[in-house]
Amino acid sequence: MAELFHRKLERTAIGFVIAIIAAASVGGIVEIAPLFTINETVEEAPDLRLYTPLELAGRNIYIREGCYACHSQMIRTLRDEVERYGPYSLAVESKYDRPMLWGSKRTGPDLARVGGKYSDFWHVAHLTNPRDVVPESNMPAYRWLARTGLETEDLGRHLQAQRALGVPYTNAMITNAAADAFGQAAPDSPFAAGVTERYGEKTQVSAFDGVATQLTEMDALVAYLQVLGQLTDAAYSNTAAPEQAPDPTN
Amino acid sequence: MVQQLTTGDRQNTLVILLFVFVVGVAMAAVGRFDPLGVHGVIVMLFGGSLAALVMRSYYEREPTQDRLSHYYDDPIKAGVALTLAWAIFGMFMGVWTAAQLAWPDLAFDAGWSTFGRLRPTHTTGVIFGFGGNALIATSFHVVQRTSRARLAGQVSPWFVLLGFNLFCILAVTGYFMGVTQSKEYAEAEWYADLWLVVVWVTYFVLFLRTLARRKEPHIYVANWYYMAFIVVVAILHIVNNLALPISLGQAKSYTIWAGVQDSMVQWWYGHNAVAFFLTAGFLAMLYYYLPVRAQRPIFSYRLSILSFWGITFFYMWAGSHHLHYTALPHWVQNLGMTFSVMLLVPSWASAGNALLTLNGAWHRVRDDATLRFIFVAAVFYGLSTFEGSFMAIRPVNALSHYTDWTVGHVHAGALGWVAFITFGSLYTLVPSLWKRERMYSPALVEVHFWLAVAGTLIYVFSMWNSGILQGLMWRTYTQEGTLAYSFLDSLVAMYPYYIARAFGGLLFLLGAIVAAYNIWMTVRAVPVAAGGQADVPDSGLAPNTVATPAE
Repeated sequence: MAELFHRKLERTAIGFVIAIIAAASVGGIVEIAPLFTINETVEEAPDLRLYTPLELAGRNIYIREGCYACHSQMIRTLRDEVERYGPYSLAVESKYDRPMLWGSKRTGPDLARVGGKYSDFWHVAHLTNPRDVVPESNMPAYRWLARTGLETEDLGRHLQAQRALGVPYTNAMITNAAADAFGQAAPDSPFAAGVTERYGEKTQVSAFDGVATQLTEMDALVAYLQVLGQLTDAAYSNTAAPEQAPDPTN
Repeated sequence: MVQQLTTGDRQNTLVILLFVFVVGVAMAAVGRFDPLGVHGVIVMLFGGSLAALVMRSYYEREPTQDRLSHYYDDPIKAGVALTLAWAIFGMFMGVWTAAQLAWPDLAFDAGWSTFGRLRPTHTTGVIFGFGGNALIATSFHVVQRTSRARLAGQVSPWFVLLGFNLFCILAVTGYFMGVTQSKEYAEAEWYADLWLVVVWVTYFVLFLRTLARRKEPHIYVANWYYMAFIVVVAILHIVNNLALPISLGQAKSYTIWAGVQDSMVQWWYGHNAVAFFLTAGFLAMLYYYLPVRAQRPIFSYRLSILSFWGITFFYMWAGSHHLHYTALPHWVQNLGMTFSVMLLVPSWASAGNALLTLNGAWHRVRDDATLRFIFVAAVFYGLSTFEGSFMAIRPVNALSHYTDWTVGHVHAGALGWVAFITFGSLYTLVPSLWKRERMYSPALVEVHFWLAVAGTLIYVFSMWNSGILQGLMWRTYTQEGTLAYSFLDSLVAMYPYYIARAFGGLLFLLGAIVAAYNIWMTVRAVPVAAGGQADVPDSGLAPNTVATPAE
């Protein structure tokens, strides 16, 4: 009977295509649609702050260089991961991440909580030539980042596009995007105060690559690395104990 | 390519190419301060040089009316050439990136050549360049032969083939410049994605119109898979790539999906790119070229139905197994695991169907390296689908995720299954397409076979070893209850395997070069077959008698 039905279906290309669409749609709809409607999917984190223009620019460099191909940003709910990298990642921590950079491979270590673990100076040395600080490393050297000036003129447009998609950047943030990017990497300049005013007291203002007069891609990337895991404290409070890794001996 | 087109067709072609050229000029103008401008120049050159090619032969003799009573094979021949070119490019990039993991200075201190930028040139080069061209070329061949109808268009097959290659070129050149969305296996930016939608819709319409002309009442199994491949890839591509560009003059865009929802959409796409690009389309090849080469009908029609609908339905649920133990809600992870395990049933039904088809033709498998390619493909398909279901189980995934085991698994599928079935199909297709008696050198097919087998095994075994070792080192505790190894310890342990892996990949690349040479020489040096059964749509005997299902 079923075979007879299929024999019929095989005689109509349009019918077959409709059947394919019907069969293939179910899984995606059931798994994706509820992620937007079930409230517990993304936790509340009132202290969650936005990426500053400099951090966002750094994030885009991280994307441009394909760092996600070797570094994950997602600590799983397993004991060894929590002990190695810190509290497991929460959905709210990547609430504004477009795209998310959870990654799928750890040729290098996870970076979800790398912010604040090393000094700016260490990051600059490491990015300039990883083998200077970690002799066994197989990471590429990124010397040219410190020589390349950061494009700031279009940062306002970046923030505007993000706002159009639902990230709550204010008008003031958008108008001052370029100045804020400069100010965050020049602590002694008159532009520095505006950054903490708009993005919060916790924002790290620092001459990231050691040179406060010129804004480079190195500044942006280090600023981004230093904010990883620092946008909210949510992961450090109210999280359940991690699942135990399965014991391989039993 | 132009000889088969009438003056009207040639004019249409020129109009399309002119349009492409103008779009290129516009992109170059508005994007002059951005990588988008470079892509504008590439689009201009692409449209312009093809237009020059058409113009040069514009006044050549028109084809006679009887062209319509023959199969349309010119685009397929070009597709075969492009498949081989992309295979060599994509696999070379793979060997290079693999070598960089062992010797990081192979990036030569430049931006464009770092691992992060080269990796997507490898994945896009082999998946879309090599795999995609093979799928388009064979789909044009199979749909004509099994429907006994000529392709339903003179210009559109060229548009699909060359338009798709323009997409691949934009994607790959973009990665060198750092233009990427960073969505795995969907890295190309918004304008390339939009162009692919246009190409893909044309492909879909062309395929359906060709099926509508068929002289067989039933649509053959291979075409079910090609249809699923075309339709579902369109859905996946559009949904995953919805994005807002920061301006029309810039390459950069932001995806509309954020955080946890983005992760689900991306792996729903990513896993089904495996399902409908790297599985469905290549199963279509299996269902046509296997029975043709083995000269035996497919073992079971019912198993074909079971596996087709099983794959179409189950696969779409499986993507979330890429996100076990992450911030994705638990219920979605469990659904992904459950369906991944169930997926083994239709997968093994396909693999079993293929192997049982060979029952009774084992002497051919022994003697004919081409059929052996197809046989090994079916075996690796069975193995890697088992491995996939296994790795989707949560506790197993806890060990395997983020490690080289995943990479090994992907390559068991990509080398052992996808590339083997493609080369087996090409060695079957090429002599018949160019009407040659045989391949230039059967010995070189044999050499290619053993290079490919050795390369795949070395690759996969080294990645299994490194992956499992890595996973175990990360979770090993000392007696005192502290982590036994630093991350760096695990990296140091990887180096021997990374070298072995690069060597395995090199062998596989050499095999692909041998194949390209052999196919090139077949076209150039092997005499045209005399007589034989006419390969035309209206011949009384269906040339695909052996490819029709049993029962």
